[in-house]
Amino acid sequence: MTLFGKRKNVLPGFGLSLGFTLAYLGLIVLIPLSAAFIKTAGLSWADFIAAVTSPRVVASYKLSFGVSLLAALVNAFFGLILAWVLVRYTFPGRRIVDALVDLPFALPTAVAGIALTAIYAKNGWVGQWLEPLWAAGVQRLSEWIPWINWTEWVGGKLAFDRPGIFLALTFVGLPFVVRTLQPVLSELEPEIEEAAATLGANRWQTMTRVIFPELLPALITGFALAFARALGEYGSVVFIAGNMPMHSEITPLLIITKLEQYDYRGATAIAVVMLAVALLMLVAVGSLQTWSRRRLGGVR
Amino acid sequence: MKIKSVLLSALALALAVGASAKSVELLNVSYDPTRELYVDFNQAFAAHWKATTGDDVTIKQSHGGSGKQARGVIDGLQADVVTLALAADVDALYDVAKLIPKDWQKRLPQNSTPYTSTIVFLVRKGNPKGIKDWDDLVKPGVSVITPNPKTSGGARWNYLAAWAYAKHKQGSDDAGKAFVSALYKNVPVLDSGARGSTTTFVQRGIGDVAISWENEAFLALKEFGADKFEIIVPSLSILAEPPVSVVDKVVKKKGTEAVAKAYLEYLYSPEGQDIAGRNFYRPRDAAAAAKYANVFPALKLVTIDEEFGGWAKAQKTHFADGGVFDQIYAK
Repeated sequence: MTLFGKRKNVLPGFGLSLGFTLAYLGLIVLIPLSAAFIKTAGLSWADFIAAVTSPRVVASYKLSFGVSLLAALVNAFFGLILAWVLVRYTFPGRRIVDALVDLPFALPTAVAGIALTAIYAKNGWVGQWLEPLWAAGVQRLSEWIPWINWTEWVGGKLAFDRPGIFLALTFVGLPFVVRTLQPVLSELEPEIEEAAATLGANRWQTMTRVIFPELLPALITGFALAFARALGEYGSVVFIAGNMPMHSEITPLLIITKLEQYDYRGATAIAVVMLAVALLMLVAVGSLQTWSRRRLGGVR
Repeated sequence: MKIKSVLLSALALALAVGASAKSVELLNVSYDPTRELYVDFNQAFAAHWKATTGDDVTIKQSHGGSGKQARGVIDGLQADVVTLALAADVDALYDVAKLIPKDWQKRLPQNSTPYTSTIVFLVRKGNPKGIKDWDDLVKPGVSVITPNPKTSGGARWNYLAAWAYAKHKQGSDDAGKAFVSALYKNVPVLDSGARGSTTTFVQRGIGDVAISWENEAFLALKEFGADKFEIIVPSLSILAEPPVSVVDKVVKKKGTEAVAKAYLEYLYSPEGQDIAGRNFYRPRDAAAAAKYANVFPALKLVTIDEEFGGWAKAQKTHFADGGVFDQIYAK
């Protein structure tokens, strides 16, 4: 953690490599992002507030952040299982499954969106069975707990509604969790588990007290990456979301909408808010990670 | 189609090397459903240009959502000519970047729109919900597919056509607003573009009726079979005028002004008009219109200038943030 410690670094070339790092980051990340801020600066404060707090935009923040969070949580859970299976067991076709995990990285997101829509639409392979079940479930929920508008909250359909957004975001986020967990998992030595067992831990204790704390930092990283990816996702979601105002419009779509009206400043204003919130959340996740490492991770 | 244009350019190149004729290249930045039209037209124009001047011309095409394409040109895409879905998008080339003069639309005949189209309905075979006219679209239980007017040029025409119908029937703008509000209550999906909307209706099986460009409806019929879908023509619709313009700043820099102008003017020639009709756009020329009269049914067509005071005004009233369309969805 003492990256910039007082003692002189033993490795030579620190100045050069740091200079290169900063120049590279500046060129690729900081300059384009600051262009967004500069463009927004053309707006007066009142216009900025009006642009980023209009009801439709606020509804889209809630949706985008909410569904991205949910998708990242689900990915964290199932990604952990997937990574565990891929690292700990050998079975025929494991390499193929392993390669499949990367597919969402490589696939153009529009293709993913169209494919998911085709499958989950009410005439699709899965949708024709699942959509009636989903609709019936939502109906049932509305009868049991009538004071919540379930159709509004979870959506009455699969494709062209909120569940579609969730599916798309889960799809694009999955590899991040699996790929961050895999190396950590494969480095966990079996001896640690054996030691735990000889010291009298049962399987559950070994899992929760020994293995899980080791995995937690990587899991949090994977979660944060999946979450960040989901926030920015546009291509796959627009095909499956239905894009109804106040209900299933994600924030990136509203940015495009503004651009479509040649309202560059309004678009960048929303982008700036998204950037700021995403940055805050990532910093928060980072500190959570540091904390968990100190608290649970021990030596690492 | 891409292969075709690549082959064409290769051919043009070979010819250029063989003969010592001049060889020029044009970029036509257009919107989504004109792909087929301009593949056809570019071939014809290249032959025509070769015959009249001896020079070779290669035309590259770029297609996409109309607004997106206009933004591309504003941001530096070197388009010699633009052929977009609506005048508002070409206006933006003047408003935002001053690439063309303010009076661009007066430079060519008929508001610089060599062909027109209109808005019709696409329904499933046998028309199970009995859709005949706009009124049937606001009935309860009818599900209507149309894209989001905030992101799709075509969807704006759809919206304005519905409004114009109600206004003509009941005589007030309030009726128009009430009508489109009721209409959008029946819309379960707002796709971001016209092609996406057609896909939702045709391939996903969502909706009872899709409001669509006439040429797009014909294409869907051609592509997916006339045994699956039918076109219903309402009693009144809007005259959609997709305009064309030379991009002055670009052609001056590239020295392609003459050929770019000739390219657009050729759209008005008998051959250009025939190609438009063949690709399901309504030709302006009387002879070509007569030839395709059996394809395009007659209906009452109103224009955006008469009904809405032009694109700039319609855009501001209806589709700007906080405009009428947003009010429909405000809670």
